[in-house]
Amino acid sequence: MSRFDFPPAIKSRPVWGRLETRTGSAHLFIADADGAEAIIGIATPEIMEKAHIIYIPRGAGFAADLQALKPKQFYEGPSYAAASSRIAKTLSDAKMGLQVYLTGTEGLMGQALHAAMEAGIPHTAIQTEHRGSVARRMQCVHCKGITEDVEVDPFQCAHCGLNLFVRDHYSRRIAAYQGVCIDAEDPGNVPAPKGIYE
Amino acid sequence: MSGAAKIPVIVTDIVPLNGLVTRFAFKRADGGLLPTFSGGAHTVVEMRDGDITRMNPYSLMSDPMDQTAYTISVRRDDQGRGGSLFMHQKVKVGDAMTISYPVNLFSLDLRAKKHLFLAGGIGITPFLAQIKQLERLNGRWELHYASRNKSLGSYVDMLTDRHPNETHIYYDDEGQAIDLKHLLDGQPLGTHVYVCGPKGMIDWVRKTAQDEGWPREAIHYEEFLAPKPGKPFEVKLAVSNKIIQVGEQESLLEAMERSGVDAPYLCRGGACGQCETDVIDYTGNFIHRDHWLEQADHASGRKIMPCVSRFEGKTLVLDR
Repeated sequence: MSRFDFPPAIKSRPVWGRLETRTGSAHLFIADADGAEAIIGIATPEIMEKAHIIYIPRGAGFAADLQALKPKQFYEGPSYAAASSRIAKTLSDAKMGLQVYLTGTEGLMGQALHAAMEAGIPHTAIQTEHRGSVARRMQCVHCKGITEDVEVDPFQCAHCGLNLFVRDHYSRRIAAYQGVCIDAEDPGNVPAPKGIYE
Repeated sequence: MSGAAKIPVIVTDIVPLNGLVTRFAFKRADGGLLPTFSGGAHTVVEMRDGDITRMNPYSLMSDPMDQTAYTISVRRDDQGRGGSLFMHQKVKVGDAMTISYPVNLFSLDLRAKKHLFLAGGIGITPFLAQIKQLERLNGRWELHYASRNKSLGSYVDMLTDRHPNETHIYYDDEGQAIDLKHLLDGQPLGTHVYVCGPKGMIDWVRKTAQDEGWPREAIHYEEFLAPKPGKPFEVKLAVSNKIIQVGEQESLLEAMERSGVDAPYLCRGGACGQCETDVIDYTGNFIHRDHWLEQADHASGRKIMPCVSRFEGKTLVLDR
């Protein structure tokens, strides 16, 4: 299983759910890597008849398994950025009754959640399930640059090079956690990086 | 004093619209401006009828940005407890009355990409203010308005004249009905549906939309319940140390107020939750009629909404 029990945290931290099938006029699944397992776990022929799966494998080998579910539409792309114009077009053409299911890494779910909210779906009506990597999409609060797939704390901003402390403070608008300079008072005094949940 | 702050007003206009509905306009007694409000808001109108004071909520239907006057439309209910009859028969132009500050329990969700309004009968009134608000904001909306017949279709002419493309009218006696499933199917993503009308219509719209996969947060409804008469009963108010009698024609909330107990309230129609009261002890049965408490609360025997709910039995002790 590719599940992880996140430790209790501040209220700002997103709480991910468990996917379940719901009645709807259409079903949009957006997943990366191990998120495919969550889709396979709930897929039924009735749902797949009206389903559009957008999948970013990131090295995981589930694309053939997803296609075997016979969704109405299937797209496989190399990155969220590559898939984002398809996601935007799909949402802008969508009608009420669409059910949205997001599963995989926090970075993927956060960005797709933002796109679906912008399209007018209340965030509470969008289903999510975390699977796979627990790496975070981080925003540097100083230069505003985004560093993807951060696994350790502290880490170095990929844009400005500051040493950043990984906070649980999350922005739904930016779909990222906040990273704050850890050695501003005493430059160079940086603790050794360790896993975010270690 | 409980409830929203009060505004002394003068009745400046009374216009009968048809056999059942009359429109009233209020201006501030001190000549000043009224507060702006948001579409969907209501005001609680105090009616002093001899020894009886009734306080009924009515949706504000005037332009939310018009601070010179508020207007409401009152449907006469010959079987009701007399509030609407008082408005129709006793209120005259020039009368001094008291209304509450506007309270909105049926506001627009301005994140919506489109607003789909479904009105039944007098349920049209909150939408009249919401339409004025959305026209100012260049909002996208559509109205489907069902009325019993042509003569009772309040404001139909005004709506079809000003908004011919957005307004759709249905007359029951001509066999016209909203094709709801078809109407909901194909609405653009981000549409919110709003329904105001009889209970049956509200239940129908909520259920159909949910069955079609609409998110709960995109379904909005407002139904004011008038307190229904019932058998008289006795209540002990533990905090106030009073034993009061609730008469056949008054609500528990009104009986508390008559006895000088300052109980909290806002909508007086079972919707807002302000008057929620803890039950300390009881022997008998509750007649819960509100939309506020969960079913489990109703079954628990530990809470009551005194604005619309009643009690039948031997003893009832409330934490008030």
